[in-house]
Amino acid sequence: MSQLRIQHLLWRTGFGPATADWSQWANLSEKACWQKIKSDASAAPEYFDVADNAIKGLLMGAGQAGQMQRESLDNEEKKRVRKQSRDDLQTLNLRWLDAMTHSKAQLREKMALFWHGHFASRNINILYQQQLLDITRQQALGNFGELLRAVSKSAAMLAFLNNQQNKKEHPNENFAREVMELFTLGRGNYSEQDVKEAARAFTGWSFRLNGEFFFRRREHDYGSKTILGKTGNFEGEDVLDLLLAQPQTARFITRKLYKFLVNEEKIPEARITELANGFFKSGYDITQLLDAIVGSSWFHDAENTGAKIKSPIELWVGMRRAMPFEMENPENQVLLQKALGQVLLFPPNVAGWPGGKTWIDSSSLMLRLRLPQMIAFQGDLDLHTKTDDDQQMGEMEGMRNRQKRFAAKTDWQPVLKRFKGIPDKELIPQIARALWQTPVATPPLAVLERHTDQSSREKQIETAFVQLMATPEYQLC
Amino acid sequence: MLIKRRDFLQNTSLATAALWMPRFLKGLETPGSIANNGRILIVLQLSGGNDGLNTVIPTRNDIYYRERPKLAIARETALQLTDETGLHPALSGLKNLFDQGQMAILNSVGYPNPDRSHFRSMDIWQTASPAQDYWTTGWLGRYLDAQCQGRSRPTAALEIDDTLGLALKGKDIKGLALQDVKRLYESAKSPYFEAYIKAKQVQQEAAPVDYLYKTMSETLSSADYLFEKSKAKSSTGTYPGTGLGKDFKTIASLILSDVDTSVYYLSHGSFDTHVNQQNQQQRLFQEMNDALAAFAADMTNNNRWKDVLVVTFSEFGRRVAQNASGGTDHGTANHMMMMGGALKEKGMLNAMPDLSNLSEGDLQYQVDFRQVYATLLQNWLKADATQVLGARFAPLQFV
Repeated sequence: MSQLRIQHLLWRTGFGPATADWSQWANLSEKACWQKIKSDASAAPEYFDVADNAIKGLLMGAGQAGQMQRESLDNEEKKRVRKQSRDDLQTLNLRWLDAMTHSKAQLREKMALFWHGHFASRNINILYQQQLLDITRQQALGNFGELLRAVSKSAAMLAFLNNQQNKKEHPNENFAREVMELFTLGRGNYSEQDVKEAARAFTGWSFRLNGEFFFRRREHDYGSKTILGKTGNFEGEDVLDLLLAQPQTARFITRKLYKFLVNEEKIPEARITELANGFFKSGYDITQLLDAIVGSSWFHDAENTGAKIKSPIELWVGMRRAMPFEMENPENQVLLQKALGQVLLFPPNVAGWPGGKTWIDSSSLMLRLRLPQMIAFQGDLDLHTKTDDDQQMGEMEGMRNRQKRFAAKTDWQPVLKRFKGIPDKELIPQIARALWQTPVATPPLAVLERHTDQSSREKQIETAFVQLMATPEYQLC
Repeated sequence: MLIKRRDFLQNTSLATAALWMPRFLKGLETPGSIANNGRILIVLQLSGGNDGLNTVIPTRNDIYYRERPKLAIARETALQLTDETGLHPALSGLKNLFDQGQMAILNSVGYPNPDRSHFRSMDIWQTASPAQDYWTTGWLGRYLDAQCQGRSRPTAALEIDDTLGLALKGKDIKGLALQDVKRLYESAKSPYFEAYIKAKQVQQEAAPVDYLYKTMSETLSSADYLFEKSKAKSSTGTYPGTGLGKDFKTIASLILSDVDTSVYYLSHGSFDTHVNQQNQQQRLFQEMNDALAAFAADMTNNNRWKDVLVVTFSEFGRRVAQNASGGTDHGTANHMMMMGGALKEKGMLNAMPDLSNLSEGDLQYQVDFRQVYATLLQNWLKADATQVLGARFAPLQFV
């Protein structure tokens, strides 16, 4: 299997090759690579439990009998939860980022990122967010139907989509609408009447303070509903089943996954139909769908290789894997995510990140291009990101003041080792082949020779590595 | 640390490139290449949900004083605009503009099914989408798409910030973010990037990598263009040393040096005054007032105020009643202010909000904000508003 093909597989099913592990992959067959990727991701992931104990005490009533039945917090308590949640959400963000970088379960984390964007929820309650993240990571490779059911019953999603306000007397359609529009069928495949009726079926779907699903019988509308042409005394669970029974749901998910894994712009409809049929027949088995995509005859086609603009998370994690470095102040990574336009746990809205060219504007591209140099050569980062009032509640300059020195320590050993025996003349082309997925591109050798440090072999490798990352080509995978 | 940055940069800065500007930008250097006669729109976003009722104050409204026993601004303290309305006391410069016929206030602007999340409501204002839709392009970005068909020109719309917000992101063309011109120039100025991009063989196919090259070269050349232009003629006006003061001075310098920019976008905040509203709003308004007054004077002195329209908005207003913490909570409709030397309609453009006709304690909108956008696009920027907004919204007459 060619180097380009292995790298393509590692970029699309994970966050790119880790320089230190390259030798594990270099001589495997295509089939063996994919088997290894799957088996590396097979173990159940560790639960990221970062919520502060005080928050858990408040929300879960730990050790405080009598508080278990409480359904709301007073204002002071809410404020405390909000304040502590902000810090804990940052911890969760960094924890996940580290897992993406270091975990061998690359496929799981990558698919969790896909579901994280698909089931997008902004919620300042850390407990609910960590519960939802755990659902997507646990079930990232399992069954879509089960994933949908678990997400739909999570406190994070019910709260984010206002289902607490969905009551028999005053139905709130937000939850039902997004479940149809964004989670299953997609626009144009249901009527406004379907939304109204489905909302009635979801009345009473609620959660306890500790995040457990809770069905409020008194708020529920037990009457007959007609949804997608079927009539019955449907409950929320029935609506999800009705949606899963529509082949359009398989098609919608397949198309979105194809865009994420294969190509964002060129999407042959016949191919989607075939994949979606298989996905539907399998009863929504996610791994089977992945098998069909990765094992297809077209997965490695030239038009699908190096054709995707890396998301900020893919770019950053990919850099950490290629050129291992430790940040002096890891929390600066949240600021960077903000400046680059993708903050884990803070999708722009329930529709998730639009991706593709939307990642790129003048400022974000220049920052992307400067990043490798800033990391490797201790550059300064003086960034002012926009404020987030939902998070900061009017407290001024929250992010600005928390910015700390941007410095990182790079471990060059894996990189030096990998390119040790390469003749000088071959060095830049070889590094470019390791870093770039654009097969036809050749680096401008004269420019790179002039802009790399030739004073020693080590410096030559290090600076060439950095300069080749600081290119438009490296933005693609 | 294995490599010292300075050594590295010295080693690599051998090839200092001459000022480099690709053809597509040069061709557009002549002013007037955009069909709006040199008119300039400045959008000032008041982030966090500014309390409209304590900004444009209904000084004869009993409900206002009843619902806000602590927070209401007394009739005597407010700066009188009309017999029934006054302005927040920190906005004296704005009152002068109002008195001179250089300001218009449009009350009760909003949209159906208002959202009370900052992020979501700001998205709606920045994209101009219906409340239930999620759009991925901003209204001013789509203006760029419509105006610059086939010819990308990121300097047509500038955001004074380090990162580019959604409002200025079009499908094909995006505005440019800069905190100040020199900083943008210095961050883009890299001998390596310049040499690298020069060596690139231009390909005809529309591959993603070409899109990246295009954006990269536009950024480098825009940074050069803005720096060289504004070096020649910067504003000599006196501005306050605050963040917003500096931002308006940057805008004034760019306007006076005749750069080809027709839209400027900047934000001020946070106006999310759940607690201790009085101090926070006072401080933010003082800064805003001083910056805007200096800017209006500077533009007037240079005979450019007639070409400029400043518009303010906030993602929502706040609830009518004060809360228990000396603040106000998220509300719905709000006013917008328009300032400039070429207003066709001045003063109060419509009635003050009806406080006796609320929806669950919130103001009801009377004017859709997309009508205001349609006015700005159609009447001021001379663009096709229906194309940009995706539907027809009846324009108003203030410009």
